[in-house]
Amino acid sequence: MEEKALEVYDVIRTIRDPEKPNTLEELDVVTEKCVEVQELGDEEYLIIIRFSPTVPHCSLATLIGLCLQVKLQRCLPFKHKLEIYITEGTHSTEEDINKQINDKERVAAAMENPSLREMVEQCVTEPDD
Amino acid sequence: MKGALELLQRVSAHPDARCWYVAWSPSGTLLASCGGDRAIRIWGKEGDSWECKCVLADGHQRTVRTVAWSPCGKYLASASFDATTCIWKKTNDDFESLTVLEGHENEVKCVTWAPSGNLLATCSRDKSVWIWEVDEEDEYECVSVVNSHTQDVKHVVWHPTQELLASASYDNKVCIYKEEDDDWECRATLEGHESTVWSLAFDPEGQRLASCSDDRTVKIWKESTLGDGSSDESWKCVCTLSGFHGRTIYDVAWCRLTGALATACGDDGVRVFKEDPTVDPEQPVFFMSAHVPKAHGQDVNCVSWNPKEAGLLATCSDNGEFAIWKYNSDS
Repeated sequence: MEEKALEVYDVIRTIRDPEKPNTLEELDVVTEKCVEVQELGDEEYLIIIRFSPTVPHCSLATLIGLCLQVKLQRCLPFKHKLEIYITEGTHSTEEDINKQINDKERVAAAMENPSLREMVEQCVTEPDD
Repeated sequence: MKGALELLQRVSAHPDARCWYVAWSPSGTLLASCGGDRAIRIWGKEGDSWECKCVLADGHQRTVRTVAWSPCGKYLASASFDATTCIWKKTNDDFESLTVLEGHENEVKCVTWAPSGNLLATCSRDKSVWIWEVDEEDEYECVSVVNSHTQDVKHVVWHPTQELLASASYDNKVCIYKEEDDDWECRATLEGHESTVWSLAFDPEGQRLASCSDDRTVKIWKESTLGDGSSDESWKCVCTLSGFHGRTIYDVAWCRLTGALATACGDDGVRVFKEDPTVDPEQPVFFMSAHVPKAHGQDVNCVSWNPKEAGLLATCSDNGEFAIWKYNSDS
């Protein structure tokens, strides 16, 4: 389980913050401890990530959540279900943000919006991609 | 009383994309599928297998979320994240784009045809429900825009026999609409779900409504009647199916022929529920008659009963596949 959590963390730590020239790891938005992995069954895992946005700005928190969704969907090699939440107490509208981030239809539609997609790509693309 | 779901065929319908919706034609001989690849595909049976008859690839600029057949089977409507609804006309073995309905401010989530064939409803992330009228010359006109929800509207469905519409929303509520003086308005709001309501289905007689939600439950609602049998326009939740689904329930479908209730779940499973016939219909009890835990390799987004062949069920998934199943209530 710890191995799986590290695999997950390895994917998300290099995601760049939408505003600052740093990675989410550098800014402590995500830490190793923020990844929880539970076994769901046959080689399938439930991954729960709790991230702490640096500023309480709603749209940036949602954008980070979107980046996490997209990169994990693309890069995780094992079968999984994903839940992404803002760390409790870090935001005034955390319920609203959590609901949006975890609505796959909203995530899919957001990624079809060219300017949003561009912002996400800039945050998740590895230099050697 | 235990039933079973037998897999008949699995089809890779939308390569490298989600398959969001599948809909049987009224004759039950064609299946329309749509998805994240922005295309609609029409499938027909050739011998024992389902083959692609037609691909409608140029109708939309973004994901096609829902497709709906007109009651006569000659038209197909498609709702897209590109904020439009396209109406297609069937000509022999092909479909041509008849018209594009514009007006919603952003993604259209669902489109549905009224049983009369004269009305269409659409709903969107812009929080509104639009009702459109069709005339004999294939002209479409928006007759009402209703803003009863406070968030993204996920699904709309017409009553099987009355001119009544229901909508499901990200605001956790269900709204019921009726026409009053040429204008459509919300007549009842059904509260109870603890998260987004994703889909709705009326029972064959139109006496009850099933709703499914991100809160992992299915609720059955019944319209309250006054002493004289007339409606008091409020709906009560008469049954909640909880503890059966592991994740968000994306779709629910009530079979017109058998009364069986099917669900599509984010835990990759498909389930069929049947009503216990010995129980008072005012307080129904449903039991799980069949369950395929890994019906697809990913989330199941849609479930649809064939309107002519009892027990035939179509489902589709995030992995771009659809599957055809045969349900037997006693196995």
